[in-house]
Amino acid sequence: MQVFTCILLSHNRVRLMDADKVFKALGDPTRRRLLDLLCEKNGQTLGELCEHLDMARQSATQHIDLLEAANLVSTVKRGREKLHFINPVPLHEVYERWVRKFERQRLSLLHDLKQELEGDDQ
Amino acid sequence: MTARETTSFVYVTYIRSTPEKVFEAITRPDIARRYWGHENVSDWKPGSKWEHIRANDERTVQIVGKVVEVSPPTRLVITWASPSQASNPASYSRVTFGIEEYDAMVRLTVTHDELEAGSGMAKGISQGWPVVLSSLKSLLETGSGIDVFAKPKSA
Repeated sequence: MQVFTCILLSHNRVRLMDADKVFKALGDPTRRRLLDLLCEKNGQTLGELCEHLDMARQSATQHIDLLEAANLVSTVKRGREKLHFINPVPLHEVYERWVRKFERQRLSLLHDLKQELEGDDQ
Repeated sequence: MTARETTSFVYVTYIRSTPEKVFEAITRPDIARRYWGHENVSDWKPGSKWEHIRANDERTVQIVGKVVEVSPPTRLVITWASPSQASNPASYSRVTFGIEEYDAMVRLTVTHDELEAGSGMAKGISQGWPVVLSSLKSLLETGSGIDVFAKPKSA
């Protein structure tokens, strides 16, 4: 039964690995916060991540599952712990396809202007 | 030994290819130069040296290290240091390439660990690997890599 579940999961993962899943995963403030947390410190446990989130462990797990399905987070088991790592490879692919390709120059000019006016790159 | 704080990165990409092709793309200079702009040069035997060489006329050696483990086509472990720090054992980090078949694809996992936290190397590799792995995927799936040295036009 365990094996069967794993196989089903892998098939899910494969289907979910497209740009739609990346955008969906990014379209939520909690999941973006999780990525920010991993960017600050890579390789955190669920417990460490939950310390910074105002939600139940189970809800956090669901968000992390969506990030994993989009391949934005990868996990490694170390003993009894499961460590979470940010995986920016799909972000880079989205960047290549949806940002860099279009109007590169104009985008950077706009970005510069925004930075100039706001004094911040957020 | 002084204790140093280390950091790790784990990068995963799924490539429509075979483990053999992915392994060759990492270890064969004539393929690596097409998507990485660099060649990884070694006889790929455990204990041997390897060098990461810019594939241009200058052929600058940018990374050096030792081959730790070679199991074609599923696993390759190497150490990794800047040539200027090659004499300092503490400057070496470790890169593990894990290559698994995954349905009709390959799941490539690059684990870069034992990196000094906050070091220039940690910063550099965290910007570098996503670009290199996207480019590798692009080469193996479409026949052409992306320009890994690309910068924004107005920068």
